[in-house]
Amino acid sequence: MPSDCLLEVKDLKVHFPTDDGLVKAVDGISFTVDRGQTLGVVGESGSGKSVTFMTIMGLINRKKAHVEGEVLFGGRDLLKMPEDELRKIRGNGMGMVFQDPMTSLHPYYKVGTQIAEAILTHRDMPKEEAHKKACEMLDVVGIPQPAERAKQYPHEYSGGMRQRAMIAMALSLNPDLLIADEPTTALDVTVQAQILELIGRLKEDFNVGVVLITHDLGVVHDVAQRVMVMYAGRAVEIGSRDEVFNNPLHPYAWGLLESIPHVDQKGTRLVPIEGLPPSLIFVPPGCPFHPRCPHRFEPCDKEIPAFIDRGGGHPEACHLPIEDKRRIYSEREAGRRSRKAAS
Amino acid sequence: MGRYLIRRTLFLILVLWIVSVLTFLIFVKLPAGDPARRAAGTRTTEAQVEEARERLGLNDPIWVQYTRFAKGLVPWPGWFLNEQVYYSFKNFVPVKEEIFGRIPVTITLAVGAGATWLLVGIPIGIISAIRRRSLADRAGMLFALFGVSAPVFWLGLLFLYIFWFKFQQMGWPHAPGSGIPTGENLFEAVLAGRFVMPWIVLALSFAALYSRMTRGNLIETMGEDYIRTARAKGLSERRVIFKHGLRAALTPVVTMFGMDLGLLLGGAIITETVFNLPGVGQYTLNAIKTSDFPAVMGVTVFAAFFVVVANLVVDVMYAALDPRVRYS
Ligand SMILES: Nc1ncnc2c1ncn2[C@@H]1O[C@H](COP(=O)(O)OP(=O)(O)OP(=O)(O)O)[C@@H](O)[C@H]1O
Ligand SMILES: [Mg+2]
Repeated sequence: MPSDCLLEVKDLKVHFPTDDGLVKAVDGISFTVDRGQTLGVVGESGSGKSVTFMTIMGLINRKKAHVEGEVLFGGRDLLKMPEDELRKIRGNGMGMVFQDPMTSLHPYYKVGTQIAEAILTHRDMPKEEAHKKACEMLDVVGIPQPAERAKQYPHEYSGGMRQRAMIAMALSLNPDLLIADEPTTALDVTVQAQILELIGRLKEDFNVGVVLITHDLGVVHDVAQRVMVMYAGRAVEIGSRDEVFNNPLHPYAWGLLESIPHVDQKGTRLVPIEGLPPSLIFVPPGCPFHPRCPHRFEPCDKEIPAFIDRGGGHPEACHLPIEDKRRIYSEREAGRRSRKAAS
Repeated sequence: MGRYLIRRTLFLILVLWIVSVLTFLIFVKLPAGDPARRAAGTRTTEAQVEEARERLGLNDPIWVQYTRFAKGLVPWPGWFLNEQVYYSFKNFVPVKEEIFGRIPVTITLAVGAGATWLLVGIPIGIISAIRRRSLADRAGMLFALFGVSAPVFWLGLLFLYIFWFKFQQMGWPHAPGSGIPTGENLFEAVLAGRFVMPWIVLALSFAALYSRMTRGNLIETMGEDYIRTARAKGLSERRVIFKHGLRAALTPVVTMFGMDLGLLLGGAIITETVFNLPGVGQYTLNAIKTSDFPAVMGVTVFAAFFVVVANLVVDVMYAALDPRVRYS
């Protein structure tokens, strides 16, 4: 079902030279985002989620990072585009919402002004009209009395309202792609649900492609159609939500799924993944996950597993033959169930 | 906003009151020399001293004396620097007259220097911040290091030596030196360039400080999340820096400027002395040197008043610039 592909990333690498060495924050990642779909991106802290999408947005200082690969958006490679053309896409073709709504809006400017500024940057229209449009957008994201609220400063908004305003800003130019980097992490649970519901609704209304970066697998399960699991700057598994949740193929994905209360089995004991994420400067040879992987065998510390479909129905990066994966995963599942029964 | 300003005003009145009590105690009640004796002169009889004591009201109850003194702090006609207390016995003139006569020079010096250090310091800070670690940044910060390390009196003398003494030796007749010749009014003196060197010398250390502060603030601001948001909107980098970055980075600089200017309006003692400018600062130094206590008291009160007013102005500016203050 190849619906229209919005964004195609091919073998993207983002390396930061630092005093301690080369930080391979993103090290060869490929994926696509489709219109009208939500791609959930999960992975431990430091796995390169933010860097990947900041690079796509062009928010990584190219003087301080080595960027390689291709980012095809609307058929054009953003990495080869000159800065002033890129700027026309940023905010216009794709919008981004960030983790902390408390600090993401400028404290000295009125919320309406900040949204109108985004509109005026890309559209030739009178100020009043942009301001009206800003108020409309505040209304769309569910802010009551948008005309009055537009005249207020960010500190007069609650956290959830600020995030709504950020979403309004990101969507004010009708972008094709909305990237939300942990948009609800800083918010309390009820507000979280509202914001996610809002993003889901706007995805339909505006027919955008959504990337939702999060630590919360429950959230991914609720809102995403596709899931990308990242580890040490790479994608280790990408598939539809149901495939990844019901039929995960990578041991890291198993670990992640076991580390949360199962989405449909409340009360299961958490099993944290052992060990720490690797250094991104001295990435382990072979599969970067092998030092923490309980199922490693001899090629794992030598050969980097290719990111391909090994017969499991979706691409993943693990040397284990598909039959072994199936067997081991069902054993782990059985073990988990019995642990739950015992507790 | 209103409540914030009322709170600040009350606080500053409290500060002024504390200053007045301390000044009163130091100058009137801690007799480094009995005021009556000072007023009466050196060769006097006890009777004359007693008469002076009575005349100056030094036999009144202490609170009467304090009230008379404290009135000098209140900007009210007839009260501010009133002649009963603030009267110089060295040259027999009211301190107020002396100070008011010298304010224009001090204002000219302070405002000119202020404009200079803003025009020099802020651009250097901005360039240093946005071209971080570049040659321009290093040059700018070297300048800042020099500026903050060079003492004004040394710099002033250096300037006079080079641009006045040496230039005149080389036969350059128009080099403006120090002082304002009698018969030349302030406006003419400014036109003759007599303030150029004092402005530069006084401004240099401030320019250095302000360039550092601007640089630091701007670098910090450019790392803020809302700058990332501004970039994500697709704004040009220029707009990101000059609209979103500077707006936040310069707010503390502007308020700092108010304070510094207020301080200088109380008299720039060293610069005025080195360049022999007849301003309030020079008067202060003379008053101290000649132990002219009422005059010292007068300039203290005057400077305190300016600092407090500057504080209030700064508070108003802060509230105008930072919307978060207005509602707190
Ligand atoms: N400018 C930079 N210079 C050097 N290293 C960087 C830079 N930006 C990011 N990194 C490193 O890249 C790695 C990936 O960071 P990233 O923010 O993408 O992680 P993340 O998956 O988003 O984590 P989190 O879930 O905590 O947000 C981190 O180890 C980080 O230290
Ligand atoms: Mg992140």
